[in-house]
Amino acid sequence: MTTVTMTVNGKPVSENVEGRTLLSTLLRDDLRLTGTHIGCDTSQCGACVVHVNGQAVKSCTMFAVEAEGAEVSTIEGQANADGSLNVIQQAFQDHHGLQCGFCTPGMVMTAASLLKENPKPTEAEVRIYLEGNICRCTGYHNIVKAIMAASGQDVSSIAAE
Amino acid sequence: MPKDGGIGAATVRREDVRFLTGRGRYSDDIKTFGECAAVFARSNVANGTIKSINTDAAAAMPGVLAIFTGEDFADVGGNPAGWLINSRDGEPMKEPKRPVLAHGKVRHVGDAYAAVIAETVQQGRDAVEVLEVDIEEHAAVVDMKAALAGTNYVHDEIGTNQCFDWGWIEDNRDATDAAIKGAHHVTTLELVNNRLVPNAMEPRCSIGDYNPGTGDYTLHTTSQNPHLTRLLISAFVMGIPENKLTVIAPDVGGGFGSKIYHYGEEALVLAAAKKLGRTVKWTSDRSEAFLTDAHGRDHVTKIELALDKEGNFLAFRTETHANVGAYLSNFSTATPTFLHGTLMAGNYTVPLVYVNVKAVFTNTAPVDAYRGAGRPEATFSLERVIDMAARETGRDPIELRRQNFIKPDQFPFASAAGLEYDSGNYDALMDQMEKVSDKAGFAARRATSESKGLLRGFGVNAYVEACGIAPSNLVGILGARVGLYDAATVRVNATGNLSVMVGAHSHGQGHETVFPQIVADMLGIDAQSIDIVHGDTSKIPFGMGTYGSRSLAVCGSAVVRATEKIIVKATKIAAFMLEAEASDVDFDDGTFSVKGTNKSVSFGEVALKAYIPHDYPIDMIEPGLEETAFYDPANFTYPSGAYCCEVEVDPETGKVRVDRMTAVDDFGNVMNPMIVTGQVHGGLGQGIGQALVEQTTYDDDGQLLSASYMDYAMPRADDLPFYVVDHSQSTACTHNPLGAKGCGEAGAIGSPPTVVNAVIDALQSGGKNITHIDMPMTPHRVWSAMNNAQ
Repeated sequence: MTTVTMTVNGKPVSENVEGRTLLSTLLRDDLRLTGTHIGCDTSQCGACVVHVNGQAVKSCTMFAVEAEGAEVSTIEGQANADGSLNVIQQAFQDHHGLQCGFCTPGMVMTAASLLKENPKPTEAEVRIYLEGNICRCTGYHNIVKAIMAASGQDVSSIAAE
Repeated sequence: MPKDGGIGAATVRREDVRFLTGRGRYSDDIKTFGECAAVFARSNVANGTIKSINTDAAAAMPGVLAIFTGEDFADVGGNPAGWLINSRDGEPMKEPKRPVLAHGKVRHVGDAYAAVIAETVQQGRDAVEVLEVDIEEHAAVVDMKAALAGTNYVHDEIGTNQCFDWGWIEDNRDATDAAIKGAHHVTTLELVNNRLVPNAMEPRCSIGDYNPGTGDYTLHTTSQNPHLTRLLISAFVMGIPENKLTVIAPDVGGGFGSKIYHYGEEALVLAAAKKLGRTVKWTSDRSEAFLTDAHGRDHVTKIELALDKEGNFLAFRTETHANVGAYLSNFSTATPTFLHGTLMAGNYTVPLVYVNVKAVFTNTAPVDAYRGAGRPEATFSLERVIDMAARETGRDPIELRRQNFIKPDQFPFASAAGLEYDSGNYDALMDQMEKVSDKAGFAARRATSESKGLLRGFGVNAYVEACGIAPSNLVGILGARVGLYDAATVRVNATGNLSVMVGAHSHGQGHETVFPQIVADMLGIDAQSIDIVHGDTSKIPFGMGTYGSRSLAVCGSAVVRATEKIIVKATKIAAFMLEAEASDVDFDDGTFSVKGTNKSVSFGEVALKAYIPHDYPIDMIEPGLEETAFYDPANFTYPSGAYCCEVEVDPETGKVRVDRMTAVDDFGNVMNPMIVTGQVHGGLGQGIGQALVEQTTYDDDGQLLSASYMDYAMPRADDLPFYVVDHSQSTACTHNPLGAKGCGEAGAIGSPPTVVNAVIDALQSGGKNITHIDMPMTPHRVWSAMNNAQ
């Protein structure tokens, strides 16, 4: 067992883990931050995306010990300080960008990363950036629309409610 | 205009807040003090005899608490099929036992033959690695036609690989044959409806708990229908009395059919919990999900369409082989029969239909209902052969459909496949589709594509499906072993807010938002003061759950009926409070008032009176304000639609891109247009996925080659376009109180033939005489077809 120390959603944490423990396991099982989801075992689905030192990372591809000293943020740390939804979260609700909710934390974390890199992405840029995040419910329409809306773009011309 | 937050309002979903902030509570998020882990040992061969299992080494591994094998469940029941199908000769279908753990033989890759219970998942996995098992491998039965021809049986004890040979409508067989024989023109198409893996993003998870002090079991599980799961475990598999078993399906991350069924893992964690006195948890990984979740589709069909000289449809005749896999999953026998054959008249006045379905056992994972469940297979066969007939006879595909459509004044219409469609207007849907898709602009868009060296095609489809499953008496006659009503309890709390307990289960459909809209509209109170309770058998009435686009049409109707009862009782209480006759009391917008006076009391005041019944006619009216209703539908509902899409095909690579996709649907009355549109989007994504990328592949040895997201192509955001969705041309359902038909499956039913028809149109426009390509239309298949065609 190894002691690993990091900051998660602004709070310092320290846990004993096995060398093989994944960051996603540390977050879910040890820290009880269960908003980070596990949807596959091949790092394809993106339900486990978190930010490590500001970068979007699939937390199932990283050992917990690799996050030693890192700043980690998860879906639980995304709302505004007063508890209200942040701009991206609010856009997902306003545009019905989620159904079962399972892929949603990864989608929100990936979207945040996209908008940091590219504040006004085109539709094609959003779709390509979401390559690593699978959603089975929405057909992606409202996810793409929500992310474009969150970037401040007018999405009223995009078809449908 | 809908009332604010009432029926018809595009209210944003209240459940979103918890999902968007990481506060959802899915089964795997539940962690119980003292819990241990179940890990399954699964067969790596498709067909084999279990010669021996030696558990000694595994039992000695660190953390191992118990090991179960098939022997431990030899005396308990099996997981049953929910629908009895009789063959054409009257013989009942073959029903081999489906045990909790494989016993004697393993019958598909992934078939579990043992389970290790250990302190942690990792310890359990380590122990499974050292479990000694001797399985004698046999040749696998994979191809359906070979399965029927050979003597290598998936289940030796039944001596055949044919589960049933079903005819519908058997009395029409000879007449259909004669009509086809004498027809002016017959179009014949052989096609494959490709096998799919549902792939809900949340893998299955089951947590068993047992209290030896009370004898009570609790199962948390990823289910679309917790009461049905409890019934199956109690009455068929484990014999646990229903009153001693609570099944809880908390937040569930998608289902699409795959979480309707009871699976052996659920029984195992309960048995292990009892044996160990510990909470036992199993969470599927994605590979296990591919190997063991019930798959969908997998039909091989020959369809013939007979037409007269004028293009009128005379008959449809099909012969289908339907794969049921190694065991009968709960709905597996209904899906290729009554959810498929009964829809084979489509939207048309065709007088004769005959459907033959041979269901076949193979050494593959069980196949069952997946979004649409039989109806996508029916629609695909029909709408492909109609398109082909239009080409063969030189007719416009839209006009040929219109010519044969059931007309609005013909409803209710008794279809040649045995259903009575209550309402619809197929021409209006087609008109609207042509309009909102800008069909008129297609020629110009085609010219633009061609100037870039791309082929462009326009594909069209019309569908009708049967939802709102189902009238219990009718399905009982047809072989169902359960009723298919649903139930709701409306509890008005003393302080005037409401808890509504429903049998339907929401795993993405938005019930927590929509059902309150209905009740709020009826009672004239704020929807935010109404909460939905679902998913827990200890709290909700006995309802049948969510599948077959039934939640609103069936359970929503139960909510309406229960709310009506609330209004009746509340009106009596109000009449007493107002010193009036109940018949003189009106209820409008949350207020009871005496006709012709200004005397009134609010709904909240009546609720309080019901629970604090001082100065109350206790001898005439019971205290309290809580009502339950069970609703059994009078008929199926019949959503319908007209879809079109435009594709671009790159002739250099065979790559297909869906550029425009339009869905015009008739779902009857719409409760929340935002949610309905979202449901269509999701179905379109899955349908386009089936048409273009998704393929489940077993090799000749029964090995699943597509068992991860590295190998099974899930549609990604850049595989799909923005969609145009329209439900302006609705006709109300005539037999349920909401006038609602259901919208969950439509997109997955209507879109696959639309896409394929468009690709064929594109290829023909390029001068290639290609009449059909099987799904998925991958670049390789399209490119090969183009290079092999004349």
